[in-house]
Formats: sequence, structure tokens, C-alpha cells
Amino acid sequence: MRYSALTLARNALTGHRQWQPMWRDAQPQPHYDVVIVGGGGHGLATAYYLAKHHGVKRVAVLEKAWIGGGNTGRNTTIVRSNYFLPESSAFYEFSVQLYEKLSRELNYNIMFSQRGMITLAHSRHDEETLRRSFNAMSLNGVDCEWLEPDEVFERMPLYNRAGRFPVRAGLDQPRAGSARHDAVAWGYARAASDLGVDIIQNCEVTGFLGGDGHVGGVSTSRGNIGADKVCLAVAGHTSQIAAKAGLQLPITSYALQAFVSEPVKPVFDTVVLSPATGVYLSQTDKGELVIGGALDLYPSYAQRGNFHTVENVVAGMLEMFPAFSRLRLMRQWAGIVDVVRDSSPILGPSPVDNLYLNCGFGTGGFKAIPAGGWTMAHTLATGDVHPLIKPFALERFQNGALIDEAAAAGIAH
Amino acid sequence: MLLISCPFCGPRDETEFRCGGQSHIQRPGPHTAVSDADWGAYLYTRDNPKGWHFERWLHAGGCRQWFNLARSTVTHEIRAVYAMGEAAPVIGESS
Ligand SMILES: Cc1cc2nc3c(=O)[nH]c(=O)nc-3n(C[C@H](O)[C@H](O)[C@H](O)COP(=O)(O)OP(=O)(O)OC[C@H]3O[C@@H](n4cnc5c(N)ncnc54)[C@H](O)[C@@H]3O)c2cc1C
Ligand SMILES: [Zn+2]
Repeated sequence: MRYSALTLARNALTGHRQWQPMWRDAQPQPHYDVVIVGGGGHGLATAYYLAKHHGVKRVAVLEKAWIGGGNTGRNTTIVRSNYFLPESSAFYEFSVQLYEKLSRELNYNIMFSQRGMITLAHSRHDEETLRRSFNAMSLNGVDCEWLEPDEVFERMPLYNRAGRFPVRAGLDQPRAGSARHDAVAWGYARAASDLGVDIIQNCEVTGFLGGDGHVGGVSTSRGNIGADKVCLAVAGHTSQIAAKAGLQLPITSYALQAFVSEPVKPVFDTVVLSPATGVYLSQTDKGELVIGGALDLYPSYAQRGNFHTVENVVAGMLEMFPAFSRLRLMRQWAGIVDVVRDSSPILGPSPVDNLYLNCGFGTGGFKAIPAGGWTMAHTLATGDVHPLIKPFALERFQNGALIDEAAAAGIAH
Repeated sequence: MLLISCPFCGPRDETEFRCGGQSHIQRPGPHTAVSDADWGAYLYTRDNPKGWHFERWLHAGGCRQWFNLARSTVTHEIRAVYAMGEAAPVIGESS
């Protein structure tokens, strides 16, 4: 069913009883051309582009719980391409450009709102670093604007003018913004399912078929499933699954938390990040503030998060916006993120034949979903690594060609 | 929030500590004989288990000494505190 104003009107008149499920509830088949493990945004987007661009007929996405229930459904939904290094800039900018067209592409409103994102500078050193980012972005061809303090306050009248961390400048990427996380997962799932992709929920991958340096499928809680190629897109759980194929990876899993306040009237219409407080926030269309901060302190698979991080984030937010002190937080949660030393993803083939990796996005892979799916589909279907992701190969941890965005961007979102 | 027993100072709040990641990693050598693969693994590859993790901690806001913990990455339970250089203790499955 195509979504349009007309479909909406027709369904309204028939009491909304005619809507179809958004994707088929597929049953596992004995064999697929490509099996994708993990029904988050990256897995679903990879499946969609495999079917759409490369005509790969038999594709399955295996999800242990429900699609979009991992980090894709837990993230703070900031989409941006204000990266420092040329490799990251090219990849993430491609992703932002795909986001700009995604609602139309998927016939699904992903509510991409390009409200800009302002990174602040609070000291002379911050200012110099921010200038450096400004120059790097300009050289990379990503449009950005330098804001003086009064311009920052004009954009955010409630921002603290007399705080411990004074605002000395801001760097705005006007085309950055946020998108609805569930819609991205569901939109790709629906479009992929329409193209024949099997989306199989409640199907946990427990190991691999094959052996001797290659995989030929997966064993799952719903039986064995053969596959010519297998792609892992399981974020914080990559180490566990890869270990079943004998692979050890340069990944450590941490909890990253997010917070949502009760809804209030529109109070600011951009995304703001303060490196000094380590806090970033935005306001949803419903009026809730969505707040994020730094990682919890130690490796964890507990999807709940630690209290002292809650305190830090709340304190940081109040330093930025004292006016929010009466706001109550409605929800708090954590996702398990796959952190890599250079804060860049690992994309492409693995040392095990027919096994491909999409992982290492850590705290910032929501923005990369369209580009991650696009480039991994190309790589899986053609056997040639897509040029945009060649620098993100696993080999960089052997040859030393790291893409060290940790030092360059230094932010967790 | 964890209560961590520093072997030197006693139980303190986790915010006084820094986690230094996986412990018991041996630097390969001699340097001229180490392959790129082994060196890369030494620098970057980590166990990252879902379960018991043997890890180094620094009492940064206290005595500034390093020590080891056996901690579950699922429940965060701390089962053993032991000295740097000591072998990892044997921990039962359940946590
Ligand atoms: C609190 C928080 C805030 C964030 N904020 C941002 C942000 O503002 N901007 C941004 O760009 N990024 C952000 N991120 C990061 C972003 O959410 C992730 O990088 C991205 O969603 C990863 O997508 P994915 O599809 O790879 O993984 P996921 O969405 O985590 O999907 C992986 C799926 O694999 C499934 N799975 C795991 N094991 C198995 C198995 N054995 N068998 C079958 N299925 C399995 C899981 O159930 C899960 O659904 C944030 C993350 C968190 C936690
Ligand atoms: Zn101590």
C-alpha cells in the first residue's frame, strides 16, 4: 500500500480498519543469497539496497528480538556530517544527503528535520579547535557557519549567558538535524519487505555453519539457515557473534544513556552540543527535550546505565539551560555501543570468507544508516568494497592507517 | 553505582576510579620479531566478554594505585579484587 494524503483520507473514512501490516512476517527459508544478522537500521538498510540496487533476490534479515529495538530505537537521532577527516567527511556527508531524500525514497515520513546543529566553544582553546573544525569542514566541502556569542544567544534565547562556561563562539552545520528513529527502521523494513526481503524477528543467531575459515550460513534459535554471504550488523554484540566464527575484534562494548524530559512548548529549535559539559540536546516535535551525554565509565552489556552519569548529564544540561531546572525527566535508558579505538566504523569483508562486518559505529551510527546500508550492499553484491568505505577496513588495525576521529571530533553522538 | 574496594584505601565510590580496560595483556617481543598482526592485536584487539571480565582499575581520585577486578559486564557484580601482576582468579559461571 502506497502512503499518500489520499490513502490517509480513504482510511480515515473507513475507520482506519484497512491499514496493512508494514512488512510481511516472513518464515525462515533453508537458504538465502545473503543473510543479515541484526534488524537495526544498518541491517535493514543493507537489505533494502541489496534488493533495490543489486537485484539480489533472496535476502533475509534475522533479528533476535524486534526490529529497531537495539541502538537504532534507543539513540538521540542526531544526523550530521561535521566530521574532521576527509574519509569520514565523505562517508557521513553522503549519508546526510541520502537522509535528505529518504522520506520520498522509502515513501515513509522519517521526519528529517534539518534544524541545524551548533557546537559551542567555551574557552580560547575550544575556539581554536572549533576554528580548525570550521576550516576542515570548509575544505571537505561541507557547508557550515561561524557564530559569534550574540548570534548563538539569538538562536537559543534560553542559553545561560552567565555560566561557568561562557559561550565564546558556535559552529553551526545548518543541514544537520534529527530524524525519527523508529521511522527509519520501519521505513527501510517496509520498503525492503515490498522488494521481497524476508524480515524475520524473534530469531537469534547462535553460531555459524561452515568452518575452516569460511561461513556457509548461520545457526539460529529457529534452526539452521544456509547463506552464500553473511553480514553482521549487531552493534554492541558484534564481539560475541564474531567469536563464534573465531574472530576477535578491536571492539569494547559500553552503555550509552539518553534521557527524555516531559513535553513543553517549543523552547529551542536547533541541536546544541557543549564540549565543556559533555551534553547535547534537542527538542522533539512533541516538545520533549532529548538529552545525551558521555559513555558510562566501564565495559557493560547492561542496557540500563549508571546513576552518576545521570547526575553529570543533568548537571551539564542545567549549566547550559538553567531554565530547565523544574523539568522532570520522563524516561532514561541505555544502549550497548561498540566502541573502537579510533571512533570510526569497521565496514567490509572480514578475514573469514563470506563473512562481512558492519560494526564499530559506537555512539554515532544512526546518521550513517543510509550510507552504511548503501555501501555494504554494494560490497556484498559486487564483491568489490565500495570506495567510500575502503578506508574503514578492519586491516587498519594492523597497518596503522587509523581514522582517528576521536581526537578530531571528540563528541559522543 | 559501584562500590569498589581499593586494596589500599578500602571501599570507595566508583566515581573516584578509572577503568583501564582488559588486564593481563602481554606485550609481544622482541620488537623486531613481532608481526604487524600480532602488534595490532596487542594494541587493539580486546576480549569484550558478555560475563566475567578481568580488568585494570586506577584509583585516580585516591591513592593513584592500579589494581585488578573480576567484574561481570552483565550484572556489574565485582567478584574479586587482586593485585597487578597476580594471575586472574578462577570464577564460577553464575553471577
Ligand atoms: C543513547 C544513544 C544515543 C545515540 N545517539 C546517536 C545520535 O544522536 N546520532 C547517531 O548518529 N548515533 C547515535 N547513537 C548510535 C546509534 O544508535 C548506533 O550507532 C546505530 O543505531 C547502530 O545501528 P545498528 O543497526 O548497527 O545497530 P542496532 O540498532 O543496535 O541493531 C542491532 C540489532 O541486532 C540485534 N542482535 C544482536 N544480537 C543478535 C543475534 N545474535 N541474532 C540476531 N540479532 C541480534 C539486536 O537485537 C539489534 O536489534 C546513539 C546510541 C545510543 C545508545
Ligand atoms: Zn586507593
